Amino acid sequence: MDYLASLQLSLPEEILTLGALALMLVAAWGGQRATRAVSWCAVAVLLGAGIALFAAPEGVGYDGLYRADAFALFAKVLIYAAAAVGIVMAPGFFERTSGDDLRPEYPVLILLAAVGMGIMVSAGDMLSLYVGLELQNLAHYVLASFMRRDTRSSEAGLKYFVLSSLASGILLYGISLVYGFTGTTLFDDIATAYAGAHSLGLLFGLVFVFVGLAFKISAVPFHMWTPDVYEGAPTPVTGYFASAPKVAAMALLVRVAVEAMGSDVEQWRQVVIFASLASILYGSVAAIGQRNIKRMLAYSSITNVGFALIGLAAGTPEGVASVLMYLTIYIVMTLGSFLVVLQMRDAEGRQVESIASLAGMATTRPGLAWAFGIFMFSLAGIPPLFGFYAKFAVFHAAVAAGLFPLAVFGIVFSVIGAFYYLRIVKTMFFDDPAPGFPKREGVVEGGLIALAAVFVSPLGYLLIPAIGGASIAAAKALF
Amino acid sequence: MLAIPAVAGVACLFLSANGARWLALIATLVDLVLGIVLWANFDIGGAQWQFQEHVPLFGSFGWSLGIDGFALMLVMLSVFLMPICIGASWQSITKRVPEYMSAFLFTELLMIGTFAAQDLFLFYIFFEGGLIPMFLIIGVWGGPNRVYASYKFFLYTLLGSVVMFIAMLWMAIDSGTTSIPVLLNYDFPVHAQMWLWLAFFASFAVKMPMWPVHTWLPDAHVQAPTAGSVILAGVLLKLGGYGFLRFSLPMFPEASHEFIWLIFALSAVAVIYTSLVALVQQDMKKLIAYSSVAHMAIVTIGLFAFNVYGIQGAMIMMLSHGVVSGALFMCVGVIYDRLHTREISRYGGVSYVMPKYAVLFLLFTMASIGLPATSGFVGEFLSLLGTYQVSTWTTLLCTTGIILGAAYMLYLYWRICFGKAEHEDVRLMPDLSLREIALLVPMAAVVLWMGVYPESFLAPMRKDADILAARIERAKPVGDSHLMITKAAQPAPKAAAEAE
Repeated sequence: MDYLASLQLSLPEEILTLGALALMLVAAWGGQRATRAVSWCAVAVLLGAGIALFAAPEGVGYDGLYRADAFALFAKVLIYAAAAVGIVMAPGFFERTSGDDLRPEYPVLILLAAVGMGIMVSAGDMLSLYVGLELQNLAHYVLASFMRRDTRSSEAGLKYFVLSSLASGILLYGISLVYGFTGTTLFDDIATAYAGAHSLGLLFGLVFVFVGLAFKISAVPFHMWTPDVYEGAPTPVTGYFASAPKVAAMALLVRVAVEAMGSDVEQWRQVVIFASLASILYGSVAAIGQRNIKRMLAYSSITNVGFALIGLAAGTPEGVASVLMYLTIYIVMTLGSFLVVLQMRDAEGRQVESIASLAGMATTRPGLAWAFGIFMFSLAGIPPLFGFYAKFAVFHAAVAAGLFPLAVFGIVFSVIGAFYYLRIVKTMFFDDPAPGFPKREGVVEGGLIALAAVFVSPLGYLLIPAIGGASIAAAKALF
Repeated sequence: MLAIPAVAGVACLFLSANGARWLALIATLVDLVLGIVLWANFDIGGAQWQFQEHVPLFGSFGWSLGIDGFALMLVMLSVFLMPICIGASWQSITKRVPEYMSAFLFTELLMIGTFAAQDLFLFYIFFEGGLIPMFLIIGVWGGPNRVYASYKFFLYTLLGSVVMFIAMLWMAIDSGTTSIPVLLNYDFPVHAQMWLWLAFFASFAVKMPMWPVHTWLPDAHVQAPTAGSVILAGVLLKLGGYGFLRFSLPMFPEASHEFIWLIFALSAVAVIYTSLVALVQQDMKKLIAYSSVAHMAIVTIGLFAFNVYGIQGAMIMMLSHGVVSGALFMCVGVIYDRLHTREISRYGGVSYVMPKYAVLFLLFTMASIGLPATSGFVGEFLSLLGTYQVSTWTTLLCTTGIILGAAYMLYLYWRICFGKAEHEDVRLMPDLSLREIALLVPMAAVVLWMGVYPESFLAPMRKDADILAARIERAKPVGDSHLMITKAAQPAPKAAAEAE
């Protein structure tokens, strides 16, 4: 395939890169004043990239390094949407937070991260995998420490950087082992080598790769960074961290597992099952004691990754489709929750993060409380909300693959998880009102919350044919 | 029928307190009328499943509704109790009325949906969805210890249900369908039936509730507002019985047979144990809650008697208990609204100051004991008749429980209504208001109707009971009683009616 055709395939990434570079120039010249304009332009660039996604042809480009298929398309739509919400969430937050201003680098960084994530989910080779991963990581380190004068934010950025570099090191080590034992970094060739008598060295390498990726999706036991980074990072960044990068890393993990190691599911299934159950159990139990809503949501994201891994453990097309379904519903619930968290302020209008300050929100801010209540019940997977369908999909895939113990333990642990989601509802609806949040949310934020709430309400079931069909098509692309 | 509560439930949120009350009342009344129309159009002896509608959504999963005789009766029970609940909370609920009414309307929607669902997962969605509004009703408008009670209620029932969910997934994959009518005639392998049965049992036993997993019920009842208790006792508990009837028995007949000993043992323990516990309760609501556990145990033994009498008796028992215990909770609510205490010892001599109330309360007490001519008698009689063919001992034990039932209910009535009105405030209590009469009299009428002429309730269910009995025939237990009731004795329900 010639180079021009390859360029056509990666059209969305090109739009994002050029857009990011152009906006960076605008930011450099315009400075602080240009923030708002740059933010909206960045959203427009993401939208353009999204349109390009559907316009670009499917195929394999750059000698197998890059794949544009239905799977990548599905993941990228989620990533771009989450990134756009991440940009939109930010201005309001920084206005209300004293000390640091939103600088125009913020949307540019998110755009660059989106490029990296796009390359990750389209990777057909260990090298493009690593390049994409590092590109998004570098952008994320900066985003985590975006509030320069806030020590917690800087701490979060540093922690993220150190631990994530370690994980990248492990990943690279795994890649080098794989290369050493197979002589290739292309997924397809690895799959061929893997399908034969696989050596211990290759298996070792693939386990290391898995560990590196498990760190990025914050699956237990590689989750330790998550609560600290989520708590310290500025809230819009946390919301964004909990959505887009999770989708990217999860999609990447699925691709590596299925494309490179798909021929022998049994080999890696037990690792995935362990990570899955450990994540669900640990995330649920640890979340109970949290007082900070962002930390609690961090543990909630660990739990949710565990549920998504159940779908992967099935190792079937249906399982992969269920993972995508789960991720779709999960990011809507998560972004919705963080949008609500952004509305939490004390009487002077400053941001607050303790769960106790939600008390009695149902009387002071009923609309917001109902929306948050819907997100919480939905995250707990209680029907008839849409979050139930996400769990339904992964458990269905697991049972169809014959993984009963996994399904039974997973669902019983999910009851523990329901406890802390209920605690939020209890605080909002049952407790006496704390001094409420005086200011109303902006039109955009309010609209997004309402949209997310409608999506996870039972009305979401109407979308099942559309999303389900797309996710199945995406999953088929891998097999 | 489902659309009305949904639309009204959302609309309620945007109304003032009074507007929400009226809208909720009108919506539930319209649903009641629709229910009656449904009953009138129900073709007795016709097709098993009627009023079916099906909209496929994704794969085999879809929006699929339809009712048979059992479901019809339980739907009727729900729509009948709903306006009464709304009326019961007319004055006693003063804070956040729109949300309260909305929660009730959604509960109604979900309950009707559960009974009418013809898809395995649609059933589960409605079944579990009922937890959310109930959790809020107990937690927001409940008594002082409401947070504990609402958590206990929610987590207990959720834990029971999730295992059932996995079993449902397995069933859907094994049989390749999620349609309940198809699954009713699908034979699962016997060894799998055991596991599936246990998984469903975990869910329904908690919901029912059976001893020893009943402990959430007294807490939930005591803390819930009056109308919440009515719904809880009246309809939510029936979900468990309905589940046994709809799933456990026809889908896993062999496993049901295997586990009869478990059901009988637990039920017999429940009847006697909870009756004894009820005898020493100081709190009116707790007493009635324990009596619910005892009555539901009679329902379970009736169901697992594997014959037509037992099944019909259990159904009538459920309907009767729904109305009677609902009415008893209303009676408690009436005096609670006046004195704001549920302590039995604070009352006494109520019959002097509130004669009308005393009459109605007496009627419901008698119905709860199972006096002939009330609905309770028909249910208990048929259930025990069915059980007697299978196990004499169980029947004997359960009958003892009924005697104890008479003891605690009469003791309750005696302590509240008779004696001297020792407390000054009791003497000042006004008798029933017009609103309260309007709520209690229809319930009394239904109780008597069901007691005197149960045929109108039995008729729609007879065919389904026959089908079910035929379906489980092959797994029928032999029975230790040699009393054989021949086909000639078929009109036993009428005999029950004539017994008065």
